[in-house]
Amino acid sequence: MVTAASSLPQRRVEHLDAAYRTAVRAKRRRALLFAAAFAVAVILAAISAEVDLLKLADKIGNFTSYLGRIFHLDDGRLVFADIGEWYWGISKWSRLLLETLIIAYVGTALGAAGALLVCFAAAANLMPKAWIRVPLRRFLEFCRTVPELVFALIFVIAFGLGPIPGLLAIAIHTFGALGKQFFEVAENIDMKPVEGVTATGASWPVAVRFGALPQVAANFVSYALLRFEINVRGASILGFVGAGGIGQDLIEAIRKFYYSDVSAILLLIIATVVVIDLVTEQVRHRLIEVEARR
Amino acid sequence: MLQIQGLTKQFGTVRAVDGVTLSVPPGQMVGVIGRSGAGKSTMLRLINRLEDPTEGRVLFGDLDVSALKGRGLRGWRARCAMIFQQFNLVGRLDVLGNVLLGRSYAVATPRALLKLWAEQDKAIALSALEQFDMGLLAAQRADTLSGGQQQRVAIARALVQQPDVILADEPIASLDPRNTRTVMDALRRINQELGITVLCNLHDLDIAKAYCDRLVGMAAGKVVFDGRPESLTESEAHELYGLEAGEVIDLPMPVQVPAHVASARLADRRAASAH
Ligand SMILES: Nc1ncnc2c1ncn2[C@@H]1O[C@H](COP(=O)(O)OP(=O)(O)OP(=O)(O)O)[C@@H](O)[C@H]1O
Ligand SMILES: [Mg+2]
Repeated sequence: MVTAASSLPQRRVEHLDAAYRTAVRAKRRRALLFAAAFAVAVILAAISAEVDLLKLADKIGNFTSYLGRIFHLDDGRLVFADIGEWYWGISKWSRLLLETLIIAYVGTALGAAGALLVCFAAAANLMPKAWIRVPLRRFLEFCRTVPELVFALIFVIAFGLGPIPGLLAIAIHTFGALGKQFFEVAENIDMKPVEGVTATGASWPVAVRFGALPQVAANFVSYALLRFEINVRGASILGFVGAGGIGQDLIEAIRKFYYSDVSAILLLIIATVVVIDLVTEQVRHRLIEVEARR
Repeated sequence: MLQIQGLTKQFGTVRAVDGVTLSVPPGQMVGVIGRSGAGKSTMLRLINRLEDPTEGRVLFGDLDVSALKGRGLRGWRARCAMIFQQFNLVGRLDVLGNVLLGRSYAVATPRALLKLWAEQDKAIALSALEQFDMGLLAAQRADTLSGGQQQRVAIARALVQQPDVILADEPIASLDPRNTRTVMDALRRINQELGITVLCNLHDLDIAKAYCDRLVGMAAGKVVFDGRPESLTESEAHELYGLEAGEVIDLPMPVQVPAHVASARLADRRAASAH
């Protein structure tokens, strides 16, 4: 035998083997401990939140019966029996759905534009001055941690009902979310071009525009598209608080027990979201491919 | 006259540059030599103010470079152009666009941002490119060029800054022997024909001796040799490189990263950053 392993003396092998077993046992023990701690945490959380599994099982029937009801027309027939009757409000709903899409689109565009303008000043590699970078990051954090619905509610109170409050709410949340993603991308760029431009005496915006932006542009577009997908979903419920779009009719149908309208609107929203997801995903993959080929 | 007085840069516990004092008269071509980590790059970056000194200062005539801020600092950077080992061009921008960036101090920021370069600036940039036989490649993307071509674009960018000083940080370390000659000849010509002061970091002693009027040897952040190339003795070269003197001087070729390795690395990084 010439292999190095088999030439070790037996005692040495035993020693190494024992050490290996101990290490594995320790790892397994740690994993078990973690699982136990996790289970205890879940139980404690459930108790403190008054989760009652029996009650859940008891009430699940309500949910299924609601599902059943929304798929029946007022005269008791299944909705599929009379599509015209089911989608009696299609022209109004389409208009509201379009409004939802516009809220999502303009909100995403405004938020992304704002994020593009400030993200480089929040990136540690490009902005050494902490007194600019740190407050900016806190501000972005604030914009993305406050839920859209809260912003929408505040703006509805301030500006009244309609699509403008929804649009502003989406824009602000997008600004915060994309701002963070953008500066994280910017922090991973190759700094050589930036230094090359800076060393010519260029101002900071010029150094960023030419040294950094070309490296991040494709990534930024991809993130913005992903955010648009998310915002279409978000915008469809903004109407709950009167901030425009299809959500307005959905919440009305739910509250007034227009059962078949609920299913009609929900399916419309789901279909739209799926189509948008598919399209933007295609575009994003295309972008990534183009970028990888460079 | 470029004067460096007690210049020091500390990174954590490392004194990358340690009390360097030098004066460089206008029009000199100075080779800065020394082993890896000696502080050569840091010194050039301190002069251009890509780094701020921990102690000491840099003077250019009456101008206290170390005290400059804002537009004054940018003006200084424009006057002392920098050339890098890895060229530091904007890869996705075309050749002419890269050279025009050398005009970005002279042009208002909004115009530069929108690439609204004046016809006159374009003419300056094209003629700088043409000097290095690159005029016909003006529309090509910079990252499709060979290393030698990229470095010539970088030199053209430096020239359109109309600088008083050119700082070149190992400009040939990524190039093959033929491109090494082209680039060093270009620097020497700029120095002699335009009277621009050149400070050039080199780790190839033979090249440094062949092209420079004066050599400055650095070790551990300090200047350990300063004189004419022919006055550098074997034992001094030994001290500089920490090798047998004969080894250094007889080295047939500079140590270099072959271009295909460098570009493969670049491609890897691009692919990685795209995900
Ligand atoms: N940004 C930095 N942060 C921390 N340490 C640094 C930094 N830049 C340089 N150094 C350190 O300073 C010392 C000098 O580095 P420098 O790059 O100036 O050497 P050099 O002479 O140019 O070497 P080389 O020939 O390898 O380019 C090294 O020890 C290096 O590790
Ligand atoms: Mg160096």
